[in-house]
Amino acid sequence: MWRYILKRLLLMIPTLLGVAILIFLMLRVAPGDIVEMKYAGTGTYAPKEALDRERAQLGLDKPLWHQFVSWMWGIVRLDFGTSMWTGRPVTHEIAIRLELSLQLALMATIVAIFLSIPLGTVAALKQDTWVDYCVRVFSIAGLAVPSFWLGILIILGFLIIFRWLPPLTFTSFWVDPKANLAQLIWPALAVGYRYSAVATRMTRSAVLEVLREDYIRTAHAKGLWEKVILVRHALKNAMLPVITVIGLEFAFLVGGLVVTEQVFNLNGIGKLFVESIAQRDYIMVQTLVLLISFVFIFVNFLVDLINACLDPRIRYQ
Amino acid sequence: MAKMSAKTLTLPVESRVDRWLEVTLRFARERSLGAAGAMIVLLMIFAALAADLIAPYDPLRTDYRAMLQAPSSRHWFGTDSFGRDVLSRLIYGSRTALWVGFSSSFLGATLGAVIGVVSAYFGGKIDLIVQRLMDLLLSFPLIVLALVVVAILGTGTTNVILAITIPMIPRCALVIRSSALSLRHMPFVDAARALGFGHRRIIFRHMLPNVMAPYLVMLTAFLGQAILLEASLSFLGLGVTEPTPAWGLMLRGAAVEFAERAPWMAIYPGIAISLSVFAFNLFGDSLRDALDPKLRI
Amino acid sequence: MRVSRELSKNGYLTISLTIFFALILFRASSLAAETEQPRSGGELVFAVGGTPPSFDGHRETTFAMLHPVAPHYSTLLRFDLLNFPKIVGDVAEKWSISKDGLIYTFNIRKGVQFHDGSPLTSKDVKATYEKIIFPPQGVASARQASYAAVVDKIEAPDTHTVVFHLKQPSASFLANMASPWNFIYKADLLAKDPRWYEKNVMGTGPFVFVEHVSGSHWVGKKNPNYFMKDRPYLDGYKALFIRDTAPRVASIRSGQASIEFRGFNPAARDDLVKALGNKIVVQESSWICNLTAVINNEKKPFNDPRVRRALTLAIDRWEASKALSQISLMKYVGGLFRPGSEFATPDAELAKLAGFGKNIETSRKEARRLLKEAGVPEGFSFTLKNRNIKEPYEVTGVFLIDQWRQVGLNVNHVQQEEGAYFNDFRQGNYDAGIDFNCDFMDEPDLQLIKFLSTDKSPLNYARYKDPVLDELYEKQGRAANLKERLNLLRQFEKRALDEQAYQFHILWWQKINPHSAKVKGFKAVPSHYFMHLGDIWLAE
Repeated sequence: MWRYILKRLLLMIPTLLGVAILIFLMLRVAPGDIVEMKYAGTGTYAPKEALDRERAQLGLDKPLWHQFVSWMWGIVRLDFGTSMWTGRPVTHEIAIRLELSLQLALMATIVAIFLSIPLGTVAALKQDTWVDYCVRVFSIAGLAVPSFWLGILIILGFLIIFRWLPPLTFTSFWVDPKANLAQLIWPALAVGYRYSAVATRMTRSAVLEVLREDYIRTAHAKGLWEKVILVRHALKNAMLPVITVIGLEFAFLVGGLVVTEQVFNLNGIGKLFVESIAQRDYIMVQTLVLLISFVFIFVNFLVDLINACLDPRIRYQ
Repeated sequence: MAKMSAKTLTLPVESRVDRWLEVTLRFARERSLGAAGAMIVLLMIFAALAADLIAPYDPLRTDYRAMLQAPSSRHWFGTDSFGRDVLSRLIYGSRTALWVGFSSSFLGATLGAVIGVVSAYFGGKIDLIVQRLMDLLLSFPLIVLALVVVAILGTGTTNVILAITIPMIPRCALVIRSSALSLRHMPFVDAARALGFGHRRIIFRHMLPNVMAPYLVMLTAFLGQAILLEASLSFLGLGVTEPTPAWGLMLRGAAVEFAERAPWMAIYPGIAISLSVFAFNLFGDSLRDALDPKLRI
Repeated sequence: MRVSRELSKNGYLTISLTIFFALILFRASSLAAETEQPRSGGELVFAVGGTPPSFDGHRETTFAMLHPVAPHYSTLLRFDLLNFPKIVGDVAEKWSISKDGLIYTFNIRKGVQFHDGSPLTSKDVKATYEKIIFPPQGVASARQASYAAVVDKIEAPDTHTVVFHLKQPSASFLANMASPWNFIYKADLLAKDPRWYEKNVMGTGPFVFVEHVSGSHWVGKKNPNYFMKDRPYLDGYKALFIRDTAPRVASIRSGQASIEFRGFNPAARDDLVKALGNKIVVQESSWICNLTAVINNEKKPFNDPRVRRALTLAIDRWEASKALSQISLMKYVGGLFRPGSEFATPDAELAKLAGFGKNIETSRKEARRLLKEAGVPEGFSFTLKNRNIKEPYEVTGVFLIDQWRQVGLNVNHVQQEEGAYFNDFRQGNYDAGIDFNCDFMDEPDLQLIKFLSTDKSPLNYARYKDPVLDELYEKQGRAANLKERLNLLRQFEKRALDEQAYQFHILWWQKINPHSAKVKGFKAVPSHYFMHLGDIWLAE
């Protein structure tokens, strides 16, 4: 068991290195650099000397391999570099925004769980009735409705009906929970709905499986209490596959955050990513991609670990 | 071997058509949701192909005197900020969605299938290298990789297709590979090698056809995702560009800016996207249930 | 006795009526005075459409830096925004210019303090301008070239006098001293680290720095020791960074922000007015910004002036103005200078230039004739490269293509992401493109830079060399009086836009500033680089 874990952990390193090289090269291939973006983008006059001086300051005039090695060497010493746009450490820029994105991810996951488990259970209990069909349609719709569109509709609704907009600046939950939730509950709903889609169906089939077995054995389901015990037992069984699915759908969560943060103007990692790409802030994009990939790979690893715990056959592949 | 008479082997035409009809009807009856999805898909394809005939206006024609008009008898779904008819843009938008969706999922699934089969067939070092490469690409969420590709290649329909294809390839390769792995040890492959067939022939004529089921399922599964991804990219301004009619593009900016005067502009394109992805998902699900319920995508 | 009683009755009536009306008048006038009287207090929240890269005004070129940061600083001179373009002293009290125009002497106000309490002296002004004009190794100064050719040296003969010695007379020098970018810095801090101001704030402006959360907001509070008595009226301000247009408009609509200093497009304005009615005030002015059609003069057939002239003749600018101004920022028809400024060519004369004629049919016929003469076939196809921003770029691109279609040209619209767009322009990898220009003031030295030969001007993407234009530029910069200057400018315009048509402006922009009715003391000026929070106050 431990050998499997160790093997997987060690495998992460070359993968991350590969990611680093890939993203580094891909960005340098992209036309236009950040100095260009800053000056030409504002339509004012700046002489070539000023541009070249900026480039030298950012280290863009050095050969590619030199830039890559100094970046890598920095990472080894846990120095992730400074943003080319603001000149502040990348870790600082990310740290400011991390709390928001993490909280949003957590809230979306909670929404997903609170949607999928009750809905999935009800659908299983009332299998093949109109309730079941409604839930199934509702969950498949979750896969189809773009979460950014849902966000737009929410904002539009607030603006037109209430003349209100969710707060535009972030206040930490520990400072002012009301303002914090007023801002984040809506994007969490938009993202969480989609996130719950697959989990709902998983819960439904897991509960169905258990119901079927136990129903056959206990031929007489006497009243409410037995049903309740049955459902609780079913839910316990459903937990693990649901967690697996939530882990597997995690990729969607990250992607969903990127677009939803734009819609709601949230100062999070997703918005930072899109802006950094537009600004050609190489160092920031590289670090963000590494971060996202790392989290992503790690979550996949956790999911595989859970599966391996459940199914020993996988371990020995 | 005795020469079989051609006549005895050909089935009468009517019963072949009858068989297809029977299969379709059974599908419709047993998996009604999937059939409903298929109907919507067909409707979409029809709209895309017949756009020139059924769209009331040219989707690119601007009319500065008729900007942001409410739905009326002249413009059923109103006009946008350039005076273009929203209904026509929705209809032509299906063309963009299908073109991008089909191209990218077809390319992604096909390339992924070939890579998966090749990797499974040769095994050993090749398999390992391909696996690592696929793992690398898989460590990015879909939209992250697509965004980076767009940053490099730029925006525009062709580039968006590429940006969506690239993340699809490893996902498909992985699934097809596991299917193909089980095939590799089947007797017909050994027999083919014994008969001296080349690698290419075995892969393309013997193995690939046998992974048709998971391939088709992947194709339909990716179609819905591709349409969503294209809508998201266009919404961010990093996908298809104006003045191409595309649903994601129609939602960009316009929705909240014109909330007071033209709220319908935010509703229709979103419904179009949701409906089409919904249909593809329903159809794809039922297809998977019919072909191979054990398939985990 | 009866008469006097009647008189007294009338008298009392008259007197009481007079007193009554006088009271009313008095009350009315005091009410009027009340509504006009600036009120102290309140925090102004405004939206900014971008984020500041660094905090150093000498280095940056984006308004997204100016809006949150400039309120912390003073400049030597400044524009009086309520009487634009009048120049008044900020840190300078008065100034004088020598007869030959080569020596500028500024007297610095007494009693100006930095936010840390230390006094401002001429030493600080000298150090600031030396950083701008003669930056030390490794320090970037974005506008250095505007001064380097002109300024010889700077002296500070005593603690409150600064003297600039110029190499040649310059018509734009005084205006440059009022440039919003030239924050006055503290000499001691610059001496310790010339790059200190990139990440820190220490100025003499009306507001003191409080907080900055990257990507989110910037907060400042009132400077109690500001040198202008009773100012600023506001207790503080908060700038919200909102890059996308939609949430920015929404912030004003929902009241979370009261104003935005750059400008919205007409559609957003109409929407806001419909939603908020009389709670919102809209101020409009022209803008020193425009969109230019850039032609690659090195590519065939665009190296032929006939083809280029045909391209500008085909555009119906007057019709465009009417149509586009309803849906985009494009509005004013003008030549090389902002319509409405003192340098602008009057309409009657303007109509004589190619592309500005009032009869579009004649112009287009001429365009077709020129194309035919130059050997360009009917249906000739080329690409127009553009940024992928909807408004006003896309709108203009779509419009241009439609205009060119009407003279038999088949143009493809290619919209690119910023990086690719600038790269292609710099490399000359394009046929025709749309470029934009924004300057902070009406000053031909700035507006004409784009049209100088490519080797002299990195802003010129059109790839041509024209020594005649270069010479005219030098001459106008040194002109003795306005009349002479205008004459030279007319010559420049005729050659650049009419005879050669290397690249030509399409339309100048309109600036639309909708803001909460509570915001007072703000007057929209043609440049979005200026906002003087010291003048602004909030009504109840």
